[in-house]
Amino acid sequence: MARIGIVTFPGSLDEQDCARAVRRAGAEAVALWHGDHDLHNVEAIILPGGFSYGDALRCGAIAKFSPVMGEVIDAAKRGVPILGICNGFQILCEAHLLPGVLTRNAHLHYRTKDQSLRMENTTTPWTSAYAPNAEVVIPVKHGEGRYVADEPVLDALESEGRVIARYVGGNPNGSARDIAGITDATGRIVGLMPHPEHAIDPLTGPTDDGLGFFTSALNALSGVGA
Amino acid sequence: MPRVVVDVLLKSEILDPQGQAIERALPRLGFDGISDVRQGKHFELTVADDVADPEDVVRRVADTLLANPVIEDFTVSLVS
Repeated sequence: MARIGIVTFPGSLDEQDCARAVRRAGAEAVALWHGDHDLHNVEAIILPGGFSYGDALRCGAIAKFSPVMGEVIDAAKRGVPILGICNGFQILCEAHLLPGVLTRNAHLHYRTKDQSLRMENTTTPWTSAYAPNAEVVIPVKHGEGRYVADEPVLDALESEGRVIARYVGGNPNGSARDIAGITDATGRIVGLMPHPEHAIDPLTGPTDDGLGFFTSALNALSGVGA
Repeated sequence: MPRVVVDVLLKSEILDPQGQAIERALPRLGFDGISDVRQGKHFELTVADDVADPEDVVRRVADTLLANPVIEDFTVSLVS
């Protein structure tokens, strides 16, 4: 069974939801700890949402230097698929595995809502289960989700097709060019501000639209699709 | 022991919503004629006497951890 690791940092909140989503997709969820130097042979890694290290200094700035992140960065260089959700996205940016940074929402309000997204790059190991340009509804919940990068970086992300998802029907945080998620140059590292792990079952979320992120990974690890 | 100060500010081209919120509050409080408010962070660090070139060490600390150079500028100064 495919093994997908989920890292718990002090202050992580959504690791159990991610584990449930991974299991629902049909993979084995492996708990990883911020102090570990061992990835326990996982084949893909998820950095979950929350407030790692209390968001002290900047979101993700301290988590970047935790012991497990050394292993995660090495794994990224080996091509292991990595998904950062919300605080995980912030950590990937602080670790320079993804370009840019996530800053205070333009309106300064914490924003919690069911958000429509358009899936724009469905070739990554985390998005291959979606139809190109599919519109999905996945919750957002963050105070610092405004994606910022300089114009040349934004232009490069656009021209290389590295914007994986964009907000539609309103931008919840003022992100540049309505960007909700991006991927790195290899397409294997993905950062996403909304929370697909909170939309895997209509019983507990608005939709099950988020499950595709996890089934995509399972397909990639099984050699199906990306 | 040397005391080194680091001031971190968002780069001028980066939207500073907290600075703007403060700016918008000022006229309501009766303070007119103030514009371009920017909010930043102030750090003070004590460096051991045996560290050579404390300013340079703290500059590297600022560049590595205290600031994110993607969106922030910083200044480093030795105060004592």
